Amino acid sequence: MTTLLSVRNLTMRFGGLTAIDDLSLEVPAGRITGIIGPNGAGKTTLFNCLTGFYKPTFGTLRLAHPRRGEIRLEALASHRVARDAQVVRTFQNIRLFPKMTVLENLIVAQHNVLQRASRFSLAGLLGLPGYRRAERHAIERAAMWLERLKLEALADHAAGDLPYGIQRRIEIARALCVEPVLLCLDEPAAGLNPRESAELNELLLYLCRELGMTILLIEHDMSVVMNVSDHIGVINYGRKIAEGPPDKVKHDPHVIKAYLGEDDEVGEIEGVAP
Amino acid sequence: MSAIVFAHHSMTPAERLRDAGWVAFVGLVLGIPLIGLTTVDVGGRLAVDTRFGLLAVFVAAAFSGRLALRWALDRLRTRKLARDRTSTATAADRARGAQRAVNLLGWIALGAAVALPIFYSDNRYVVDTATTVLIYVMLGWGLNVVVGLAGLLDLGYVAFYAVGAYAYALLSTQFGWSFWEALPVAGAIAAGFGILLGYPILRLRGDYLAIVTLGFGEIIRVILVNWTELSGGPNGIGSIPRPSFFGLEFARRAPEGEQTFAGFFGLEFSAMHRIIFLYYLILVLALLTHVFVSRLRKLPVGRAWEALREDEIACKAMGMNTTHIKLSAFAIGAMLGGFAGVFFAARQGFISPESFTFTESAIILAIVVLGGMGSQMGVVLAATLLVLIPEFGRNFAEYRMLLFGMAMVLIMVWKPGGLLAHREPTLRLKPLDTAARGREGAR
Amino acid sequence: MAYALQQLINGLTLGAMYGLIAIGYTMVYGIIGMINFAHGDIFMVSAFIAITAFTLLAAADVTSIPLALTFVLVVAIFFTSAYGWAVERTAYRPLRGSTRLAPLISAIGMSIFLQNAVQLTQGARVKPIPPVLEGGVVLWDAPGFAVQIGWSQLLIIVTTVVLMIAFTWMITQTPFGRQQRACEQDRTMAGLLGVNVDRTISLTFMLGAALAAVAGVMVTVYYGVVDFFIGFLAGIKAFTAAVLGGIGSLPGAMLGGLLIGLIEAFWAAYLWAEYKDVATFSILCLVLMLRPSGLLGRPEVEKV
Repeated sequence: MTTLLSVRNLTMRFGGLTAIDDLSLEVPAGRITGIIGPNGAGKTTLFNCLTGFYKPTFGTLRLAHPRRGEIRLEALASHRVARDAQVVRTFQNIRLFPKMTVLENLIVAQHNVLQRASRFSLAGLLGLPGYRRAERHAIERAAMWLERLKLEALADHAAGDLPYGIQRRIEIARALCVEPVLLCLDEPAAGLNPRESAELNELLLYLCRELGMTILLIEHDMSVVMNVSDHIGVINYGRKIAEGPPDKVKHDPHVIKAYLGEDDEVGEIEGVAP
Repeated sequence: MSAIVFAHHSMTPAERLRDAGWVAFVGLVLGIPLIGLTTVDVGGRLAVDTRFGLLAVFVAAAFSGRLALRWALDRLRTRKLARDRTSTATAADRARGAQRAVNLLGWIALGAAVALPIFYSDNRYVVDTATTVLIYVMLGWGLNVVVGLAGLLDLGYVAFYAVGAYAYALLSTQFGWSFWEALPVAGAIAAGFGILLGYPILRLRGDYLAIVTLGFGEIIRVILVNWTELSGGPNGIGSIPRPSFFGLEFARRAPEGEQTFAGFFGLEFSAMHRIIFLYYLILVLALLTHVFVSRLRKLPVGRAWEALREDEIACKAMGMNTTHIKLSAFAIGAMLGGFAGVFFAARQGFISPESFTFTESAIILAIVVLGGMGSQMGVVLAATLLVLIPEFGRNFAEYRMLLFGMAMVLIMVWKPGGLLAHREPTLRLKPLDTAARGREGAR
Repeated sequence: MAYALQQLINGLTLGAMYGLIAIGYTMVYGIIGMINFAHGDIFMVSAFIAITAFTLLAAADVTSIPLALTFVLVVAIFFTSAYGWAVERTAYRPLRGSTRLAPLISAIGMSIFLQNAVQLTQGARVKPIPPVLEGGVVLWDAPGFAVQIGWSQLLIIVTTVVLMIAFTWMITQTPFGRQQRACEQDRTMAGLLGVNVDRTISLTFMLGAALAAVAGVMVTVYYGVVDFFIGFLAGIKAFTAAVLGGIGSLPGAMLGGLLIGLIEAFWAAYLWAEYKDVATFSILCLVLMLRPSGLLGRPEVEKV
């Protein structure tokens, strides 16, 4: 099993607060890795470090890019993480371009390809065939993802007007349009009803098993994490307290303690079939 | 964010009177120091003059105005509720309707703009006013790129207008450049200033950006006032050459070896020729601007601007270099402002810092926001309204800016999204017509 | 040296006035997150009210200076607060919860409206009044130059200090101050916990206007002339002061005001007087670029 991303000794401090403390983690290629942990454990901070929104205080983030070799993510600005390293994320509190249509959202995600094809707008302004072709391809790609995520009927609706669960799916579709090498999903099941969350499971498994995509997943919904993850890392207070396959993590005493408190009542984590 | 909607509650007459009475009382308190009392110069010293009659009129107007407003609002709301209940139009229908209406309006406006000088060929005032409207339309379209599309709040846009105007004034009076030679260069200089301003303030958020751009506008103006050697100081620059019609001057007599416009076409000389020529010139410049901006909007860069307005962080997460996107918006907006400035200088023949005050920036911004952010047609509508409303009240010229400020507040309160808030997507998966046909077939 | 000392006194006076106006910006920004563009014009209105009040007193032959000042301050604070309240109620409250740009445009409209309303009702010409407080104390009779602090300067500085103390007490110790701070941190939550948010915001505008009113009276006393356009520059400089000190921070606004006053006085005295506004704007740009949280403001972590 090859490692796609390896996090080593990652530390992130904000003034006196240590949000992530000496965290090391391996993300295997072509698998789904879940990151769980109580609120405020540092999961989103990890994502922010990974995608260039925060500069880590200390530590390395090595990405073994299949075509471009090793890329050190901690040295890249956020837009370069997505553009050059193809590490693409979604957000816990959904960040779509709300007034633009669903299709436009997916086209914007292909900005760099299209901008190059438009030769800094010159070819685009003149309507040259090269640009037109690139635009057609971009629309086809968007349409393909819209179809696979069952969104094609909504393509021309303003993204911000659509229901919450659908917006979550749009955000994933938009991220997929960037052609991610590593797809980072920040609580994709938050706010979804049980049926939607089952569909999400299916989608994640499809992306990983059928398309061979590597997914890093932050999630609170244990029915999602435990059912789809191949590998789970548990964080508490910025430190990794456990790592391993779901079955092992589920019974780890540290994990149970972190979730259920100091009480010695040993139990299963909520929502998981025994 | 979802607003809590309360059941509509109609006021009883007593409540209405109390409400209006309260407004009248506030009007009285506010009116006493400014309307009821004023200071006048009596023999070199100030003395207080009372105008209680005027104050009484003001308070009475506040009272009855409030009553009328409440009544009208209630009527409107009831009617709207009734309409919403009976209306079965879908969102797509409405979008299609809005798009058609805007398109139709655009064509009518274009037709009217082209025909206007034909019908008013002997009315200088009308053509001049229309030229002013078009300058503001062009400025509005330029600023629309920065504010409407990219969502970068620029309160110093007039600086680029000034840069364009002064660039042309200096190039033509000092180096003898013609209008057509100077136009692209002045535009490029303005774009350079746009990048110069844009670069240091990339990291600033909305309101801070607004205040820094405002400061930038003022810096440019203060420099123009004080750097007398360059700009002529407060006296400005005069005798700026007017644009010619492909080398034909608009003059009674041509200089040695050249021809006049009237002479070439065998017309009798008329001062209106130039006025009308200038009108068509700005019309062409404005239309070019429109085509340019509308096409850019449908290109990656234009969509990136809109995406930036919607969510900068998401833009970064999609791999977009927000620095380049912001700078391109600033540069292109500034360039268009520069072009407008060149035209302004050529039309006036004289420029001074007084034409480039903050009020001017505020007017242009108001045109963009009142029109409906990002809406090209909205800019036309707002520019026409804002230039014409004060013109209609020309008999009370001193009320011009008062009305203007009031209109800004009222339109914002009435329609915070602007007059034409409808946004047309830059591309569609299914064209609207086929979508509609498909549904009709299904019925 | 003596000359520099004199500039220090002049700068502090100027800065105290900017500081008083800056507090209005900072409080409003803190509570509803918008630049109250009309605040400078509120200040201008108060200066006109002061001119009228002083002229009335002169006509009534009131010669006691403390009495006159108290009367003018009370009158100016009363009417100017009413203006602050009315501006918020008509131009900003209907737009609460809409886009960020809408209230700003409305504020600019309000600023243009107030300027022109005053110009129409009070005349476009500069209004001079005879000096209210003449003379001062010579602090240092250096050879060739006497360093002097005018009574009016002393008045401004002392008033500002007293107001600042009172104001700090009010924000930190009284129920209103607590509600004000609560709304600043989380308006929705404060509302859910029973704070009357609308009332608190209204009061904040009135308080800001009251401080601007004091500044307006002081300007009238200090310069003796007023016109309808003074609000624009004073407003921008005061806003710069608020940003420089760290927007949202009350001591920051005061500190920023003092710094802007000092910079302006020294720049005008030693460099180019005609470019003193450029100095202010350049400082504003520099501060925002290098330290957007200001001198005393808390840095904001970009929330993702």
